[in-house]
Amino acid sequence: MIAEIGLAVLWMAAALAMLQLIAGGLSLRPEGRQLAALVRPVAVMQGVLVLVAFGALVTLFVTTDLSVKLVVDNSHSAKPLIFKIAGTWGNHEGSMLLWVTIMAVAGAFVALIERRLEERTLIATLAGQAFISLGFYAFLLIASNPFARLQEPVDDGQGLNPLLQDVGLAFHPPTLYVGYVGLSIAFSFAVGALVTRNVGPAFARAMRPWVLGAWIFLTVGITAGSYWAYYTLGWGGWWFWDPVENASLMPWLAATALLHSVSVLASRDALRAWTVMLGVVAFSMSMVGTFLVRSGILTSVHAFAVDPQRGTFILALLAIDIGSALALFGVRASTVSEGARFSFLSREASLVFNNVMLCGILGIVLVGTLYPLVTESMGVKVSVGAPYFNPVSAIFAFPMLLVMAVGPMLRWRKDRLDGERARRVSLPLAACGLLAVVVLVGVELTAHRISLLPALGIAMASGLVPASLLPLVGRNLRRTPFAVWGMVVAHLGLAVALFGMASESAFTTERLAALSIGETRDVGPWQVRLDGMMPVAGPNYTALEASVTARYEGGAPIVLHPEAESFANPPGTRNQSALLTRWNGQLYTVLGEQGDDGRWQMRFWWKPFVPLIWVGGLMVALGGFLALLGRVAADVRRLVAKDKIAWRRMRQGR
Amino acid sequence: MKHKSAFALAATLALVLSAPVALPVLAQEGAPSAPYAYRQLPDPDQEARAKALMVTLRCVMCQSQSIADSDAPIAGDMRSEVRTRIAAGEDPEHIRQWLIQRYGDYVSFTPQVKPITWPLFAAPVAILLLAGLLLRGRFGKGTRT
Repeated sequence: MIAEIGLAVLWMAAALAMLQLIAGGLSLRPEGRQLAALVRPVAVMQGVLVLVAFGALVTLFVTTDLSVKLVVDNSHSAKPLIFKIAGTWGNHEGSMLLWVTIMAVAGAFVALIERRLEERTLIATLAGQAFISLGFYAFLLIASNPFARLQEPVDDGQGLNPLLQDVGLAFHPPTLYVGYVGLSIAFSFAVGALVTRNVGPAFARAMRPWVLGAWIFLTVGITAGSYWAYYTLGWGGWWFWDPVENASLMPWLAATALLHSVSVLASRDALRAWTVMLGVVAFSMSMVGTFLVRSGILTSVHAFAVDPQRGTFILALLAIDIGSALALFGVRASTVSEGARFSFLSREASLVFNNVMLCGILGIVLVGTLYPLVTESMGVKVSVGAPYFNPVSAIFAFPMLLVMAVGPMLRWRKDRLDGERARRVSLPLAACGLLAVVVLVGVELTAHRISLLPALGIAMASGLVPASLLPLVGRNLRRTPFAVWGMVVAHLGLAVALFGMASESAFTTERLAALSIGETRDVGPWQVRLDGMMPVAGPNYTALEASVTARYEGGAPIVLHPEAESFANPPGTRNQSALLTRWNGQLYTVLGEQGDDGRWQMRFWWKPFVPLIWVGGLMVALGGFLALLGRVAADVRRLVAKDKIAWRRMRQGR
Repeated sequence: MKHKSAFALAATLALVLSAPVALPVLAQEGAPSAPYAYRQLPDPDQEARAKALMVTLRCVMCQSQSIADSDAPIAGDMRSEVRTRIAAGEDPEHIRQWLIQRYGDYVSFTPQVKPITWPLFAAPVAILLLAGLLLRGRFGKGTRT
């Protein structure tokens, strides 16, 4: 019964989305004015209905309804509750339903609270949003119905891939989806502004929180996904340039550019066409990301669908959405004036430079990700991996990081670096640059066998850390706006993450060892000893657990428990690594198989400063959050002030 | 991924794609003929050279994992092969070419300069040119926007 209700409600929501699109579209013409009043309530209702449909699917998974095909294929009655819930979106149909749910709920939210924008623009925005949603509704209802029943109920389900039964991963896809959908809202605003010829600061201010929010979620999602890969895959790698990872990196790069551009538009009324273009690019990248992950064109743990019909459907959706967006941009771009001007040496100019560099990196990642698919279709399989992506993206990344240190110190519109400004801006920046050079020379002299990119990364990070703090110098810290704090924390986070990445690739010590019980090995500054083995049982797996004692430079012993786990439903194994974190790095231990001679294959890594990668990533997200908090607080203050004025006027009888 | 659960699926796929070359190696699976699959070379310089090469070689049964990142048996065999050859003094690029002959270009994460890969190398140049044009359009003529 619940499945049928879910499906019926989903159809109703799709019908409302159609109504939202038609009413919104017609109301832009003079003869359809009255229809405008329909759009907001319909958008809210659509959000509510989809939420009900999604709730129905979650209920089916929680109760493990074994007459529903999706539940049977992806769940199992013996799974812990949290993974039953996460199983809802750990598959193709469920994740697409999650996508439209987030989208419709976000649309309802916009319809409820957004009052700053001109009403016509907002209606056009909601109509654009409905247009995108309709594509996904069609996809769900025609090609991948999540509520389909089986002819005969079965005894139990197939279960979920053990690699995916991880709390971190359970919330990884929703996090990224919120990011993707946030960009779709930003894109709808851009469409609304283009259609009603209203690209200006008001539109940018309405769009900015959505871009910021999406960007925060994408940052957190990418950081968490990278840490998940690091501790689950059991070989200490944290980024593989896997197409699925690239699918989340590309929207992030575009969103980063958009975020900076929309801020310039909101506060300086410059970069109008740029901002709209980046909005289109950012949304296109989230569609490309969805296509890569969901169409089954790649085969990996992430790509659950292997049905070419669906792939074609998503590709068609991608072509329609991006194609019509670009066409609209092409038609209307000439009507968007550039906005305020600025000189070569200004904060706007440095932002433009970095936006171009971000787009450069984006282009490289896009080409490197898609080109192997192109050659494969021509019958040749090639691989593009770190040896390509790292150096080629560095061509754009290093100049960008340099400008990132300088830009925040410059004035808006026009700056001159002589006299007083030279003392305040050029000197401190030169000192940071000098520090970077000293570190580079030091690293090259002391550490041999270190390759160029990690050495440059460490040097760059050492200069960037103080440089990113410079905008705070001479400010009253208690009165510094949240937005400035956000910028400083995010830029600092980037420097911290860069340091972690460079240090990991430069200084990691690897030790593969076959150990008998009681044997000891050195791993960099650590001594590790295999103390014993014990069988343990988890909720839906059995495991062998090793006891490993580790001492840092002969210090106090610390016990770690790496596990090798076996799952029955579905059958599979997982190496649960055990990590030991110190302020200066992480000891990574993995239990492998037992050799013929009875010794245990163990793998150890000492990775100096590796946690900084994720600490830095979270700092970047925190910076975004601070900025968002500052913007929202300012909006709320403005609203309250407006209400107060209105109330006083009313009381004075005016 | 490099995990055994995904291995069956990946193995089927890889078999279809590279059957003639992959079969002989599969036959050795688990055989003691891979002494360096989970053992490092005693000479740290040689091990570093082997590692530097291994991280740029794809485990052909996995998704986007290098042979230095994978539990798949074939990755172990390839690691052993690489370490043995490095220990014998062979040049890393020579080993890469030998593996490419056996498994095709797919095995190398470093794209080889060949007619089919030219867009990969043209892309950065084209993007740099485009970036230059864009920036010149904005800043080239004094203070025009």
